[in-house]
This record gives sequence, structure tokens and C-alpha cells, in this order.
Amino acid sequence: MSGVEGYMYPNEVTLYWSVLIVLYPYITGLVAGAFILASLERVFRVDAVKPIYRLALLTALAFLLDAPLPLQFHLGHPERSYEMYFTPHATSAMAMFGYVYMWYLMAVLVFEIWLDYRREIVLLSQQSKGLMRVIYKIMTLGSNNISERSLRIDEKVGWIVTLIGIPSAFLLHGYVGFIFGSLKSNPWWSSPLMPVVFIFSAMVSGIAAVMLIYMAVTKLRHQKIDMRCVDAVAMYMFYIFIIDFSLEMLDLVHRIYEADESFRSLDFMVHTKLYFSQIVLQIFIGTLVPLILLFLTQVGQFGEIARKRIYVLCGSLILIGVFAMRWNVVIGGQLFSKSFLGYTTYKMALVTREGLLAAIGLTILPLFFLWVLLKLLPPWPKKEMQEAAAGD
Amino acid sequence: MSGFKDVSHLFRFAGLFVIAFLVFLVVRVYVVPKSFGEYGHYRAAAIGEIAAHPIKFAGHQACESCHSDIADTKAKGAHAHVNCEACHGALATHANDPSSMTPVKPDTLVLCARCHTASAAKPKGFPQVNPADHMGGVPCQTCHNPHSPAIGSDTGKGAAAGGTK
Amino acid sequence: MNISRRQLLILLPAAAVAWKYVEAGTPEASPNYEMSEHWWGMLIDITKCIGCGNCVRACQKENDIPDGYFRTWVERYHRTDYHLENPEVISPDGGKEGFPSVPEGTQGDYFFVPKMCNHCSDSPCTQVCPVGATFISPDGVVLIDPKYCLGCAYCVQACPYGCRYIHPEKKVADKCTLCYHRITKGLTTACCEACPTGARQLADLKNPNDPIHAFLKTHTVQVLKPQMATGAKAFYNGLDGSVR
Repeated sequence: MSGVEGYMYPNEVTLYWSVLIVLYPYITGLVAGAFILASLERVFRVDAVKPIYRLALLTALAFLLDAPLPLQFHLGHPERSYEMYFTPHATSAMAMFGYVYMWYLMAVLVFEIWLDYRREIVLLSQQSKGLMRVIYKIMTLGSNNISERSLRIDEKVGWIVTLIGIPSAFLLHGYVGFIFGSLKSNPWWSSPLMPVVFIFSAMVSGIAAVMLIYMAVTKLRHQKIDMRCVDAVAMYMFYIFIIDFSLEMLDLVHRIYEADESFRSLDFMVHTKLYFSQIVLQIFIGTLVPLILLFLTQVGQFGEIARKRIYVLCGSLILIGVFAMRWNVVIGGQLFSKSFLGYTTYKMALVTREGLLAAIGLTILPLFFLWVLLKLLPPWPKKEMQEAAAGD
Repeated sequence: MSGFKDVSHLFRFAGLFVIAFLVFLVVRVYVVPKSFGEYGHYRAAAIGEIAAHPIKFAGHQACESCHSDIADTKAKGAHAHVNCEACHGALATHANDPSSMTPVKPDTLVLCARCHTASAAKPKGFPQVNPADHMGGVPCQTCHNPHSPAIGSDTGKGAAAGGTK
Repeated sequence: MNISRRQLLILLPAAAVAWKYVEAGTPEASPNYEMSEHWWGMLIDITKCIGCGNCVRACQKENDIPDGYFRTWVERYHRTDYHLENPEVISPDGGKEGFPSVPEGTQGDYFFVPKMCNHCSDSPCTQVCPVGATFISPDGVVLIDPKYCLGCAYCVQACPYGCRYIHPEKKVADKCTLCYHRITKGLTTACCEACPTGARQLADLKNPNDPIHAFLKTHTVQVLKPQMATGAKAFYNGLDGSVR
């Protein structure tokens, strides 16, 4: 019973949603955010973010491939997870996961990437050798047609897919927020704002992640960072961040003012067990500091190097802050007793299936996926390929 | 025909979906348990499986079917509504086959104290004693018959030992 | 001896039915049991509970519950006159071995509150199960299918009363079955069987002869957290407003 203060119902002493369930909304959030960023170029015709479009799509795909893994690791019986597809329970928010995930993965992301890359895939299937040739051949689905007209059609279809993709991205992540927001048993979660807050913080974190990945990858390739693009990305990140922050504050103010039966208990928790992760990490370091810095870049005149540094700092702080937000929601929601009479402690395991190492591994894994995707489908125009295409 | 040629690759992609969907439908027939949905969105067979869990507490009706003498003693006293296994523990094994095991007689010093040790938290009308002052280490059944605890009713070892036949 | 016992058992149909299946070694639901004829609930009389922990031990024994997990548990409330909303609550090891004595003359009111699954008729736990592994049986008992449960723990989060846990070995959700294997054979639950004061009474709301109906006519009962609107069927007599 160690780690318990006050009174917990005896079955509440152990936390059943671990750090992996923190990771899961975090990663789906990055997916949604990255996709929204890509759609800026495609649907809203923001030319400045063009250099980042394909990278954003591939980042979204890499993280989406990783997203179900924390859930699988967390399940007591992962071998039964197919039941979610075969007998989904209509009243369960969680049951929708399988379908929303599959829809988003196949009908939106993979389809859009395939349409966008089809020309390259066909060319690569003709130019490369050995195993790579086979892989690209399969990816063409047996069609080598890259005529002007077919590519124009692809462009139009891709636009429609992106258009469908935006609500899909909202759905994917909004539903994650709904999983928490719809539980009347838990006053820390139960809020209609939860899905909305999740979506906006997801967008901010996804944009930050793509921005950082773009800057890092460009640096590794010894190329010049397109500042017009990064400035535009940072601007959008700033605006969405303001919305996100306003919503979170609205939620907070509402809770404080309404002060229902759970308030004293939750208020105490925020000032003690969650003080560091909520007040310090999430609100101060993860929100106020990057907001102020981003505000300064919007109103002030900074040199290129200074802006880059500010963006890298802000991006990193935002990623930490949004992770802290997910942590505070998931873990915070289980630290207090539903009797409002006590608190328990989350003891993170190290090497178990739901431990810290698994969490770190699952955080790094999408970067590996991304590396493979970048090798397979380079998002930047290759000189040789363009020449080959010209001579085709 | 050339008009279709330029969109044919889209149909190939759509074809993947159709194939996947058909495979899903076929697999579904085999994977979903037979009784699923019989009463609602769950496996109806689970109800029977849960009901098949073995019993450990025989229930006082089973005890009384053999130990009717004790049941008679008990019925007259304050413990009339205390079921046998509340004190003697789960005894389905014994009830099932009396020769398979002989229940151990509970230690009244421990057993009685569990309920009757005085505490201001207990309901006011409930009989409570301070074990140390009350009997100073003498087993409760020396004076009380646990089956009918009022002193003078049917006191002593003989009565408490009933039910051995 | 066996024969005479059997003859006696014939006089006690409820026990007889149970017996047949216990003896068969592979007990199954009673063939005479009709799910449509019952709607189960529980009556818990706080004014009678002495906090002995018999119910907790009986439940753990009957249902093979691992240590530290509880399908039922007993809480002791201490409500002082100055902090009506802020009672002091303890439940050492679920109240399994009883509670420390309280000396006479202590300020405030003490009472025991046995807790268990409320077998809600609008249960939030079955609502959220993604696959249909937990459900309300046709006779009103909230059950878990251990062969179908994923162990996602969503239902654990959804229960406002803290009645569910993940079984440490089976890795599936677990909770009170209202001794479904007993009540379908005409027996009462293990906790009711072991309760020395009758603080717990199994109640069949569909049975017009069940004593619950007479009790409800003459007593004011309450359910836990009525604001949760779960349709809880564990009725409490003498429930103090400070209980949560």
C-alpha cells in the first residue's frame, strides 16, 4: 500500500494505464499534426510550406505505423486485439480505433503518398536493380502509366483525398480525446473540451515535430534550410498554439470557477503530485516560454541564425510540453481516488512490457520507420532522376 | 478506351481494398464465436462458463440437512441467523463427501473476538465485550454455547461438540 | 450415510440442485434456472455491518481472488461533526481482517460500508468495452467473459466505484460476479452466506416474494453516487451523505 496518501478504493492503488497509454495519444497527435501541416500546402495552397509537404506526409506515416504498438504492448491479451475488428462494440469509443486507424492509414495517408509519388515509383522501378526493383515494381501495382493526363488526374484525386484527410485527422485524434472526455466516472477527464484540446495540441506538436525533423534532415544532408518555409511553419504553429492555449486555459478556468465536488481533490493533486509535470513542464516550460519566444519572432526582427535557434528551442519545448500534457491527463487521471479522499503514486517499471525502456523504444521506432521511408521515397527532388525523367 | 487507361491505376488501388474487405468478411465468419450476439453484444456461452465455477461455500441448507440437531439449537438462540460457514468456513468439500475431510473446530478465542470485540465503530445494539476484561484467556465456549450463546441456555462442551455423528 | 443424506437433500430442492452439480465434478448452470425470471441486486444494511471482514474473506475464498485485489471490500468511515464532506476512511487490506477497535467517547460517527460491484443496469463499464467482453446478463448481472477480454482496462477506468481490476495472472478485467455460479443454483452469494449479521442480502427484484420488496416499502434506501446515473442495484440502507 506504499505510495498511498489518504484513502484510495483498494483496487485503485495500482494504475492500469501506464506510460504507454501516455505515448499513444502523443504519437497519434504527431500524426494528426503532421498531416494537417501537409494539407496546408495541398488544400490551402500555402506555397511557402511546399518544401516540407512530402516530409510531413512521410513523418505522419512513420508515426502512424508506430501508433498502435504502445496499445498492443499495453493489452493484457494482445493476441485478441483482432476482436476489435470483428466484434466492435458500437457504444465504445475505443472500438472505433481499429476502423478509424485503418481508414486513416490506407484510405488517406498511404493513398495520398502513393498518388503523390507514383511518377517517382514508376521511374525508380525502371532504374533500380535487384531487390529494390522488385519492391518498386510491387509499389507500382503493375501500372507504369505516368502520362500527363494520368498525373493530372492523380493530382486532382490527391486533392480530394487530402480534403477528406483533414476531417479524418481530426477524427483520429478527436476520438482519442473522446476516449478520455466521455468517462463520467473520472472528473479529471470528463469534459467535452477534451477532444478539441487534444486536436489542437496535436496539431501544435505535429507541426513542431515536422519542423524539427525538416531542420535536422536538411542539416544532415548538408543542404540549406529554406527559411521562408520554416518561418511560415512557425507562424502557423504560433497561431494554432494560441488557440490550443486558450482552450486549455478555458478548461482550467471553468474547473476552478465551477469548483464541483472533485475540485478540492484535483486542485490538491495539481499542487502536489502533478506540480512538476503540470505547472512547471506543461504550462510554464512547455507552453508559456515557447509562446513568448514565438511571439517575439513574429513581432521582432531576428537574424536567420537566431530564428533557427529559437525555432529549434520552441519546437523541442513544445514536444516536451505536449508530452507532459498527455502525461498529466493519462497518469494524473489515475492518481486521485474516485472517492476524492486520497492519492496514489505511479511507479514506472523499467524493463517490463509496459516499462520505461519499452516507452523509449516505441518513441525512437518511428524515427527508424521514417529513415526507411526517406530511403524508399526520397521527398526531395533528385537531380539524376529529373534528368532521367526529362530524357524519358 | 484511352480515357480509362489513365485512371486504371486508381482501380488497381481500389481493388486492394475490395480484396481486403472480402478477406475480412470471410475471416469474420470463422473467427466470431458461435454464440456471439445470442442475447446481446457478447458471447452467450460465457454465461454458462461463469455459472460453472465450482462452489466452495456449501450453503447452510446443505449443512442443516445432516446437522439438524445443531440447526435446532441454533434456531432458538441469538445466532439463529448466523450461517454455519460464517464461523466454520467454506465446507463444500465436506458437504460433498463428509468422510473426505473433518472440519477443524474454530478457536473461539479468535473467532468470537472477530465480531464481539468492543469498538465504538460498531452499531450500538450489537453485543460487544473487551476480551481481556471479559474472560481473561478462558475459551468462550467454557461458558457460552456458540450455537446458542445466551448463558444457561444449553451451555458447555457437549452442546458445542454436536454434529459429530 | 450417503443415501440418507441424499434423501434429506430431496427435501431441500435448492441445495439438491446445487449438489448434483458439485458432485458431478463439472458443475454447470442449473437446468431449472431461467434467466428471464430474475433481476438480481443486493441490499446492504449499513446499520447492521460490524466490520468483521467475513464477506471479504469469503469472497476471496469462493472466487480465488489473489491477495491485494478485491471483488468486495469494507470501508470504515469516521465522519466528524465539523467535516461532514470530508470523512476519514480506512480499509486495511480491504477490511479482510476486520478493523482496529475504536475507544468509547471518540468524537464523530463511525460506520462500516461494504462495497462491491453495483451491477448497474446502465453500467458505464459495459458501455465502454470495445469488444463485448463485459456485459449485463439477461438476469441483470454485470459479467466479464475472461476468454474474450483484451485486458485494455478501459472498463476499470469507467467504473465510478472502483470495483474492477486487472487480474494479475489472467491479465483480464475481473470483478464481482454476484456469485453467478451460486445464485443460478438457488444458493446465495458467498458474502451473504458468510455475513453473520445479515448486513448483506441478495435480492431478486423480479421475484415478488423476495423480502427486498417488504424492506423497500418500509425503509429509505440509497445507491452509491446517484449523480452518476448508473442504475446501480446495490441498495444501501442507512447510507450517510458522506459516503463516496
